[in-house]
Amino acid sequence: MTGEQVIFLIVGAVTLLSGFMVVTVRNLVHAALWLVATLFGVAIVYTLLNAGFLAVVQVVVYIGAIAILFIFAVMLTRREAAETGAPLNNNWWVGALMAGLTFSGLVYLLQTWSGFSKTASTIPSGFDAISQLGAALTSPQGYVLPFEVASVLLLAALVGAVYLAFNKK
Amino acid sequence: MNFWNDPLKIAADWLTGVFTGWGMTPVAANVLIAFLGTLLLITILMVIDIFLVWIERKIVARFQDRIGPNRLGPFGLIQPFADIIKLMIKEDTTPQGADKVVYNLAPMLSMMSVLILWAIVPLAPVMLGVDLNAGMLFIIAAGSIGTLSIIMAGWSSNNKFSVIGAFRQVAVMISFEVPMLAVMLIPTIFAGSMGLNDIIQSQNIWFFFLSPLAALIFLIAAIAELGRAPFDLAEGESELVAGFNIEYSGMKFGMFYAGELLHAFTFGGFWAIMFFGGYRFFGLEKVSPFLAIAVLVFKAMLGYWVIMWVRYTVMRIRIDQMLAFNWKFLTPVSFVLVMVTALMNALLKGADGWLYVTGMILSNVIVGWVSLEIARSAAKQERERIEGPKQVVEAHH
Repeated sequence: MTGEQVIFLIVGAVTLLSGFMVVTVRNLVHAALWLVATLFGVAIVYTLLNAGFLAVVQVVVYIGAIAILFIFAVMLTRREAAETGAPLNNNWWVGALMAGLTFSGLVYLLQTWSGFSKTASTIPSGFDAISQLGAALTSPQGYVLPFEVASVLLLAALVGAVYLAFNKK
Repeated sequence: MNFWNDPLKIAADWLTGVFTGWGMTPVAANVLIAFLGTLLLITILMVIDIFLVWIERKIVARFQDRIGPNRLGPFGLIQPFADIIKLMIKEDTTPQGADKVVYNLAPMLSMMSVLILWAIVPLAPVMLGVDLNAGMLFIIAAGSIGTLSIIMAGWSSNNKFSVIGAFRQVAVMISFEVPMLAVMLIPTIFAGSMGLNDIIQSQNIWFFFLSPLAALIFLIAAIAELGRAPFDLAEGESELVAGFNIEYSGMKFGMFYAGELLHAFTFGGFWAIMFFGGYRFFGLEKVSPFLAIAVLVFKAMLGYWVIMWVRYTVMRIRIDQMLAFNWKFLTPVSFVLVMVTALMNALLKGADGWLYVTGMILSNVIVGWVSLEIARSAAKQERERIEGPKQVVEAHH
């Protein structure tokens, strides 16, 4: 086993454990902090895949904005951060079954894919991933249309949020 | 190649020889050397941090017409060590009802968010941790870990004052991230890269002379990010006692305090790297990497001094003024500046050097002047709305 695989296994285990803690822990702020740990684990997986830019964006967007927003919302809207009701209802086994089925379906699908058992090709030194990403996002042959549509959608959401929050005097 | 031209490589090669001589595999030796290098960098930073306490105290004293620490050692140089001994032997208290794990984790994360920044700082052309091609975003990402540490400290202390302080500080930090990230795109446009080493290498003319407005906005956003006056409303001692770190004592408080000072020094360094040429100074960096480090530290200290100068001169503003200033003035100005700079860069790309510089400065002056005029007329309207229309007092005979 290479060092990279060892790191991947450790990071994967920590990420899964924190993901499990997010849904089981009683205290909502603790759940948000475990979520931060999960997202950080995913960022490390990106780094292991040589996607440094994506890893940094993951930290900026998910930890710096979304997780902070979650914590803010919990702290501002609830007097008690801890949940008192039962964490599971009678349908827990249906949920577990669906999750298991989805997981095995995904594993089955991926096994039929030819890239599943291949080792990743090494990236040549001097390969500028950011320039490639930028070119792909802005060239008409690339993904300029989905990129622009997503931007317009986000702008619409922003305008809508401002409209809802706007205090008409 | 001799030691003075590339000390890190010589030292690493020598250590690899020693470690493999002990029977280590080359991979293990490389990991150990990387670890030792990180340890050395962090140790040097912490030693600098000790003296930053002395520098800060000495300079604030001068600004307030005092002498500052002067009893222990020459110029009071031993004072910071006395401070540290005091912090170490103080009782370590934990407030009742505090969330212990989160409470103890917060100071560590706060210090970590500052130290992690130095992983990407190019100290000299050949001396840098990682030449990350997303270096600019990395600065913001590290800042978001700092934000997280503050909200953790505020919430886990089980104290209303610290929660309010944390709310204010986090509001400042997530608001000023926006103009900061926007003006960071301006050096990126000039250099064509987000890596800090590339940005320094392409500064044949300091980017300050190409875009002084961007440098100014970056400095303002950095001061806000640091939570220093005039944006230290999280601390607001007359209303909140001490802000988010109110319940911390001893070395845990020391971690927040030392982290803040090192953060200010680090942002002085980033200001120098992005707008004042980093380690470059009339070819001095080519002579020896040690000179390059000296140049960078000198420029970072100057940036740190400017941050202190602002801190001890300007009064604290209220939170609504801070938010209005950021969202209604700084953010639009920085967005417009980024667009104008990108447009001018595309237009003047092939142009002569002087034409390029003049065009950039002119566009900066115009953007700054127009935005100040708009702000002035808005302020005038606001004043008239509050005070009523100006009444002309006529003299009675």
